[in-house]
Amino acid sequence: MLREIFVTLLLAGLVFCAVATAVSRRLMRTVIIFMAYSLIMSVVWLLLEAPDLGITEAAVGAGVTGILFYLALRRIHQFDRDAANQEERVRSDNENGSAKEE
Amino acid sequence: MRRSFQQKLSAWYRGKYDFTLKTADPLQARWKHEYTGKEHKIREMERRELAFSGVLYNILCVLFCLIFIGVLLIAVAFLPAHGSPDNPAVNEVMERYVEEGMDETGAVNTVAGMILDYRAFDTLGESFVLFTAVCAVTILMKNTKKRAPDGTPVPMAVKPGIVEYSKDNIVKTVSRFLIPFIFVFGVYVLLNGHLSPGGGFSGGAILGGALILYAMVYGEDRAAAVFSERLIKTVVLSSLSFYALAKSYSFFTGANHLPSIISTGTPGRILSAGLILPLNVAVGFVVCCTMYSFYMYFRRGRIQ
Repeated sequence: MLREIFVTLLLAGLVFCAVATAVSRRLMRTVIIFMAYSLIMSVVWLLLEAPDLGITEAAVGAGVTGILFYLALRRIHQFDRDAANQEERVRSDNENGSAKEE
Repeated sequence: MRRSFQQKLSAWYRGKYDFTLKTADPLQARWKHEYTGKEHKIREMERRELAFSGVLYNILCVLFCLIFIGVLLIAVAFLPAHGSPDNPAVNEVMERYVEEGMDETGAVNTVAGMILDYRAFDTLGESFVLFTAVCAVTILMKNTKKRAPDGTPVPMAVKPGIVEYSKDNIVKTVSRFLIPFIFVFGVYVLLNGHLSPGGGFSGGAILGGALILYAMVYGEDRAAAVFSERLIKTVVLSSLSFYALAKSYSFFTGANHLPSIISTGTPGRILSAGLILPLNVAVGFVVCCTMYSFYMYFRRGRIQ
């Protein structure tokens, strides 16, 4: 009985995390929810009597993949910032140039 | 003069028209140029057309998703029933693995016996997949410029953000106590792969995670001082070659019915199960170095 309730809770959390990963607006939150999904999944693997997969899922899914996603996000944001700075510089250059021409 | 739906569809198919963009395609622009007098009317027509195609695009998206979901559900309906005795999973191969696996491979953990003895070729392929992934990441992310033209070292690819982990007291103190235990647990999982759950992949991932934590907390420079690019290359390449050579030997003797000099030993002991323990260690090294170099390349574009 207790085990069934536990399994139901885990599966509901799994579905909730999966949906939340897809609909979450901020990418950083998506990454964190994805890590939570992996953690729940590793417990589910344990309950399915596949401890090998559980250990791997916890180490790879919740640990390393999350860090790599996080670093990739940081890189993308940095590229975005660089592009915005570049645009800003070009615009100010153009404005200065046109001011000089006048 | 309105272009028919079919023309638009073929233009979209050839990549000259985008239903989602709010700009007119080159064909439409030319057409507009010829009729500058009626520009207002044409703009209105264009706007209506674009709105219509946007709606159409959304409807097609939903329709496509529904069809795809339907196909997948039908595929699930064709799966064999759960627990049925004539399932493909219940055959003599599985019985043999479960009943004779321990005697034939010497591994108490049947999963390890399966992936590193019966199906060791699969695992070799997986290790090479990881190796290829590292090669691809190296090609894409490697920052070949070590120094800028004026001689200053190139800064890290990702600048430290708001949280500087090496200056955070809580993270640093906890990590100081935690990292040795993670390392020991990783080594335990790696070496006990043939006795208990775990093995090369999980142990290597835990070791790689510990290395990444170390690099995050104590700074990449301290980690890079220990793990040079040369060391990682040497470890990965020698592990892969060892794996290939060892399995070649066992395939050769197995296929020709020759006696192998590697005995399976007593099941349950740490030094048993023949080649499984060294192969586990080789796979673990490959996975660990892969994780660590992924992190370093993503973080700063180079290992050293």
